[in-house]
Amino acid sequence: MPSLKDLKNRISSVTATQKITKAMQMVAAAKLRRAQMAAEEARPYSERMAKVMANISSAMEGREGVSPLMAGTGSDQVHLLIVATAERGLCGGFNSSIAKMAREMTRRLQGEGKQVKLFMVGKKGVDAMKMEFSSLMVEKVDFREVKRIDFANAEGVGKKILSMFEEGEFDVCTLFYSEFQNIMTQIPTAQQLIPAIAPQKEEGEGSEVFYEYEPDEEEILSELLPRNISVQVFRALLENGASEQGARMSAMDSATRNAGEMIDALTLSYNRQRQAQITKELIEIISGAEAL
Amino acid sequence: MAESFAFELVSPEKLLLSEQAMQVVVPGTEGYFTVMANHAPVMATMKPGVVEVELESGDKKRILIRGGFADVSPDGLTLLAEYAADLADFDIEELNQQIKNASEDAQDADSDIKRDKAQLILSQLEDAKSAIEQTN
Repeated sequence: MPSLKDLKNRISSVTATQKITKAMQMVAAAKLRRAQMAAEEARPYSERMAKVMANISSAMEGREGVSPLMAGTGSDQVHLLIVATAERGLCGGFNSSIAKMAREMTRRLQGEGKQVKLFMVGKKGVDAMKMEFSSLMVEKVDFREVKRIDFANAEGVGKKILSMFEEGEFDVCTLFYSEFQNIMTQIPTAQQLIPAIAPQKEEGEGSEVFYEYEPDEEEILSELLPRNISVQVFRALLENGASEQGARMSAMDSATRNAGEMIDALTLSYNRQRQAQITKELIEIISGAEAL
Repeated sequence: MAESFAFELVSPEKLLLSEQAMQVVVPGTEGYFTVMANHAPVMATMKPGVVEVELESGDKKRILIRGGFADVSPDGLTLLAEYAADLADFDIEELNQQIKNASEDAQDADSDIKRDKAQLILSQLEDAKSAIEQTN
């Protein structure tokens, strides 16, 4: 049975923790709004990009000499997995669910006898996977110093991926991140980057339009595909940013609630014990007086 | 009175401009071209330069872009710019700094490919600068 003093200490320490989680929740809420806005503002670009890609790829259909970024290298022996996670923890299952997905994929590919390389973006993913796969990690990037992710950050990652591809270090590239649905739900997602899966044209959407290309299709495509990689990475990073804050917000919300319940329970037993002590002292006094 | 058309300028970070425009001058890689309403569908790459927009309201905007894609479709013109800044609040110093960085890159480059690339960026930035100066 803990003493009164112990109980008091525990109550005050849980209260302090509750204050911290409450503050973290509010910070996450503010950051979430910003992150969500950034993700939404970036959406038009990737949508237009997808439209342009769909146009060009339908124009290129059936032609030879398509860039390997689109057609693939003809092999799928070496896989590069880009695992994008957060820099900080305390955000519920956010990091671990991405890492889990990447880990399952790695095991499955290894089981099929394929070679796997890991490109880690974010520190938490490295922490989660280094026990098992530290020898597979070929590249690590972290954005701890970056306050707000902008396109240049994503482009840096995109360029690294491209130069690795050009040097023939991998055949297939898959990107892991968490898609932001709403504050409660974030969906860990795997998206294949290379070879690019051309977005399908929607039915009856300007399909009969004949485009002119300047310079020709191939040249545009050879500029478009590398950019598309960076754009996809950027989108993933922004989605991740919003997901992270959303996950943290709900994690901290339940932590705050849990701390509240704990404080209630502790206060109850504190009061009970205090009352027991008072009663005990009274009994002692009374029985002492009776003995006289 | 000429017709107007939908004009959109998007950068990876956000949708910068979405308005009806009368005429837009686009810095294509193979030369500047002007887009007006009912332009034939064209897909073009852009080099760094200045986009000149004449809005339906009669306002004119000049926007510096650093490469990207132009998509002229029957619905209108969409510019996918890698970087865009309105010249009205643009700092020429910043561009000078970028030119300086690029020329240092060109000097420090350790392989021919890298050097060529840095040279290309440098020349594009200088093009942009001269484009600004011309239109000023």
